[in-house]
Amino acid sequence: MEYVIIIISAIFVNNIVLAKFLGVCPFIGVSNKVETSLGMTGAVTFVMVIATIVTYLIQKYVLEAFGIQFMQTITFIIVIASLVQMVEIILKKVSPSLYQALGIFLPLITTNCAVLGVAILTVQSDYTLMEGVVFAIANAIGFGLALIIFAGLREHMDLMDVPKAMKGVPVALIIAGLLAMAFMGFSGVERGIAQIFGM
Amino acid sequence: MSRLKTFTNGFIKENPAFVLLLGLCPLLGVTTSAINGLGMGLATTFVLIMSNIVVSLVKDFIPAKVRIPSFIVIIATFVTLVGLVMEAYVPALYESLGLFIPLIVVNCLVLGRAEAFASKNSTLDSIIDGSGMGLGFTFALTLLGSVREILGSGSFFGMKFIEGDGMLVFVLSPGAFLAMGYLVVLINKINKKTA
Repeated sequence: MEYVIIIISAIFVNNIVLAKFLGVCPFIGVSNKVETSLGMTGAVTFVMVIATIVTYLIQKYVLEAFGIQFMQTITFIIVIASLVQMVEIILKKVSPSLYQALGIFLPLITTNCAVLGVAILTVQSDYTLMEGVVFAIANAIGFGLALIIFAGLREHMDLMDVPKAMKGVPVALIIAGLLAMAFMGFSGVERGIAQIFGM
Repeated sequence: MSRLKTFTNGFIKENPAFVLLLGLCPLLGVTTSAINGLGMGLATTFVLIMSNIVVSLVKDFIPAKVRIPSFIVIIATFVTLVGLVMEAYVPALYESLGLFIPLIVVNCLVLGRAEAFASKNSTLDSIIDGSGMGLGFTFALTLLGSVREILGSGSFFGMKFIEGDGMLVFVLSPGAFLAMGYLVVLINKINKKTA
């Protein structure tokens, strides 16, 4: 049952982009078309889940075992950077068509703070490995949901007559603000669900 | 003269946050108050200057192929340092910035300057570039933080000047996007006039 609450909370209530401000750069940067947003979501989901599993194991069995938690930032970022490289190489060999689809987005993911953010949050929240995986998947879905809705809105925005100074990024930021406001309507939902299930 | 230009470029004309739109995540995430913005800005500036110095010193020894990973390790070292120092001396600020301190590592601004400037220029120029860009980023963070704090809770650097609450929406997440959007419009207008 905790899984349901983790999922609802990560996708809607504490949406990673609109409430926690992680991964805003790709959110603004690659959200011009719904199609590219789908590609980006796929790549992020892939890397986020693997990165969470690997960093979790490293945190538990290396950093904590030797009492060197202060190395967390350095270790995690190296793990994620090499993971992205590895995924890229493997994907190129195993599934060229998937590589074609995700290719250009993969290098960008190293500097996507959502991946590192979720890895650190998983460790900070004392999740078990399984909860961590669920948390990572839910956050990736939340990222994808926000990105795709936003891309859809921006596709329509291109047809609108926007004041000159607001063209491009400024109006995108304001749309994101309104979207964040809409997502605020979900706040408290996770408590309601917890009550229904009597927890 | 050109050094002065390198330094002042970061403020308005090439402001990393408002014009180049780098480092949006911490910009929107921590600016619920002016003091948070200032603290985050100074932490980033420190990391930026130090990593610029080290990168410009070691640029001739690093093979081009492993350039980016080496830069990331250098940056991560200084981020860890800043995190530990802040935890020891300003624990309250460290608490409120939270997750965004380790996330300085993935701030595109820091890696961007290391790659675009420090790996090609002398140490002195890199220091100037780092401080200019860093202070420009700090300026942006403090400005956005001030706007949100004044509108959202009716105070400035913690000093209250109206009774009761402000427009709470500006402290919450939608306000970050809205305030940032209108600030970018303003900066665009100013840049158009001077250009």
